[in-house]
Amino acid sequence: MSDYVFRFGGEGGEGVISTGELFTTACARSGLEIYTFRSYPAEIKGGHAMIQVRVADKNILLSRGDGVDVLVAFNKEAYDRHYKELKDGGVLVFDNTDFLPDEDARTIKYPIPFNKIAMEEIGVRLTKNMVSLGSISELFGVPQEKFKELIKEKFGKKGEAVLEKNFKALEAGARYVKENLKKQDKVKVQPAGRQPRLVLSGNESLSLGAIASGLKVYAGYPITPASSILEFLAKELPKVGGVVIQTEDEIAALGVVLGASFSGKKAMTATSGPGFSLMTEMLGLAVMAEFPAVIVNAQRAGPSTGMPTKMEQADLMMSIYAGHGEAPRVVLGLTSVEDCFYGMIRAFNIAETFQTPVIVLTDQGLAQREASILKPDVTSIEVVERRKPTAEEMTHYQRFKITPDNISPMAVPGMPDSFYSATGIEHTEAGELNYEPANHNKMMNKRYQKLQGVLALPWIVKTYGLEKPEVAVIGWGSGEGVIREAVEIANKEGLKVGALHPKILWPFPSEIINNYLAQGVKRVIVPELNFSGQFASLLKSHLTHGNRNIDVVSLAKGGGIPWTPSEIVSKIKEAAKVHA
Amino acid sequence: MPKMTAAQYKTKIEPVWCPGCGDFGVLNAICNALAAKEVDPKNTVFVSGIGCSGRLPPYVKSYGFHTVHGRVLPIATGIKVANPDLTVVAVGGDGDAFAIGGGHIPHMARRNPSIVYIVMDNGTYGLTKGQASPTGPLGMKTGASPYGTIEPPLNPIAMALAYDISFVARGYSGKNKELEALITRAMNHRGFSLIDVISPCITFYNTYKELPPQLAAVPETHDVKDRAKAFELALKEDKIYLGVFYENERPTFEERLRGVVDQSESSGIPRLDEIFLDFA
Repeated sequence: MSDYVFRFGGEGGEGVISTGELFTTACARSGLEIYTFRSYPAEIKGGHAMIQVRVADKNILLSRGDGVDVLVAFNKEAYDRHYKELKDGGVLVFDNTDFLPDEDARTIKYPIPFNKIAMEEIGVRLTKNMVSLGSISELFGVPQEKFKELIKEKFGKKGEAVLEKNFKALEAGARYVKENLKKQDKVKVQPAGRQPRLVLSGNESLSLGAIASGLKVYAGYPITPASSILEFLAKELPKVGGVVIQTEDEIAALGVVLGASFSGKKAMTATSGPGFSLMTEMLGLAVMAEFPAVIVNAQRAGPSTGMPTKMEQADLMMSIYAGHGEAPRVVLGLTSVEDCFYGMIRAFNIAETFQTPVIVLTDQGLAQREASILKPDVTSIEVVERRKPTAEEMTHYQRFKITPDNISPMAVPGMPDSFYSATGIEHTEAGELNYEPANHNKMMNKRYQKLQGVLALPWIVKTYGLEKPEVAVIGWGSGEGVIREAVEIANKEGLKVGALHPKILWPFPSEIINNYLAQGVKRVIVPELNFSGQFASLLKSHLTHGNRNIDVVSLAKGGGIPWTPSEIVSKIKEAAKVHA
Repeated sequence: MPKMTAAQYKTKIEPVWCPGCGDFGVLNAICNALAAKEVDPKNTVFVSGIGCSGRLPPYVKSYGFHTVHGRVLPIATGIKVANPDLTVVAVGGDGDAFAIGGGHIPHMARRNPSIVYIVMDNGTYGLTKGQASPTGPLGMKTGASPYGTIEPPLNPIAMALAYDISFVARGYSGKNKELEALITRAMNHRGFSLIDVISPCITFYNTYKELPPQLAAVPETHDVKDRAKAFELALKEDKIYLGVFYENERPTFEERLRGVVDQSESSGIPRLDEIFLDFA
């Protein structure tokens, strides 16, 4: 069983990221599991770029892993930044035409003159990336033909000459290793002999999920890290008869979505914090007019412009409460690249069933990292449509009729005899404007109560580790994998720990969480990537009487970098010690 | 669909407007135009923003959507692109159109969806009791401008022409026949149309007396395809011209979107499975 972390670092804009991506896809095509993590500068050219790829032959990968097994450093800065994270006995592959590392016996070092080979043998400096891949395939066993296959697909259109240069560079890198280096390490990345995996980024996966859900109208405004959703759908959605509109701002984006929803189509927008801020007024309208709509917020570090290329989970409270007045909505947290696909289907189904805006939280880390997943079986996907008025309901149509589940039949233009005017003004069941306190209370109650049905859905939380733990880890969103991995490690060490991961964040799954805690949990750790511990305070405010003596430890980390398993394991150990 | 009279296009809901409000005239002209064109109510949507004029949708027998302040145009766009068979009419005031929502207009011009936009322009914010709007005159004294406004008004027609909206017209709520004709013509226009309708606020900025002498019909000799000439008319300071300034059909947004779908080789069959292959 193999499980290795590779990291590539170098100058931004020089192909470091695409080198890592080619490596990733070659591994996935070899049936290996992969999990990438990247950081790059907000600027287009220049600055330091890094991509990390965790590769395994059996495990489903839950996190980016701890430390680095193989560091590929294209320049001195990459070495300076990342060498300390290279494990003892790890492998440093570096470009010795750029720099020489300090002498130490801690790691195995392979000097390879990427630059020199590229310049002297190929005559094109940027082919150094292909040289590096050739060396890597020779050193660690990734089949060279997988790289060739990918290069052909990527550069084939650019003509035979370009293709030839890249092949030559790849071969030169491999030859250099064969002729000059002796393998001293044990790292082997060999085909797993299984079905090839798809490699998807979180944003690609969620976009595909949206298409699978029946998305027909997408509107959005470019913003990091959500732009790739706009770009992906601009290419793919028309193929299934849908339309994509790049609007003049995020307000217009949600406006188009609500208009399309009014017309009876499934519609969504995706944005990040600054754009989501602009949407808040329109969000209230969606709640008031009871329109299905899906809004993806790919969170980035804020406030204001913040750090556009760094992740944070700091828009939780905003997603729950954004807008004036009291406007209940549904908030979901996507947890992994695979969950991005299925999570979007759940989001659309909830939006349609409950006639509500659904805010889907992802983040820069999940949006842009890639992982291997098995191809979803599209025939087994269950897609839900909104409730339409029956012929009888049409005769005295009441758009906001109070029903046993508080969900009303929704007419769409084109239907005869069910005319109504949607409005942001308070209204009666029939949709007539009304300013009476009693009516307002009645309709507020309807809008709140209808969402309680969401909490009856079977998938709203996942649990891991010990079923009746003493220490519980409750995180949210993209923290799922790393928490699960940390809990598995802690369980192996005999610690009585378990994890509960809510997929629904609002309405708050209070009952199910309290029941879980009431089984004997003494301490709860809440890891989340924000400064103030937003979920932890939400959790505290929802503890029922018997659970109020449970110690809630907020593990909040700002800074824009996701957790590693060991960070969480060490907190679990601390917590377990208190209760030993 | 059995033929409906103009009166049948009106619902039983009593408008909230003050007696004498210009918006009554606009509502009448709209219903007359709907009757003349025999528009099917079930395939018609009136969308509005916020303001006195924004209350119009439920007064017309059709589907309606009373949205938020300044956002009528993107919402109308969503309605239209999701179902291009619908007749979509957007209505609102001058504050809605040219102040809070002004940023959407140039993009409507660029996209050119077949949506009629009727702006009920009275130079004031009636619903908030009479502050100056973007079309109120320089020096207008209101509660929010006790020493007179210091921002000159903008010229909606010149602005619409500059943005190259494909149908630009001005009407007056007091000239009902002419307004009905403008609305009918706008509904026949393929593409985005903006009708700036002078619709006086009898309560806060009553211009019923001073307006009529300034009004004049767009000269019959005016070539509506001549944008430069349309500008000249729009910039005339001695007269307020009523009628069609500019009309020039070009591909609509819904047509172009259809083109994108065709270009992507849509087969009409869900091909999610094929898209997955790009990631294998």
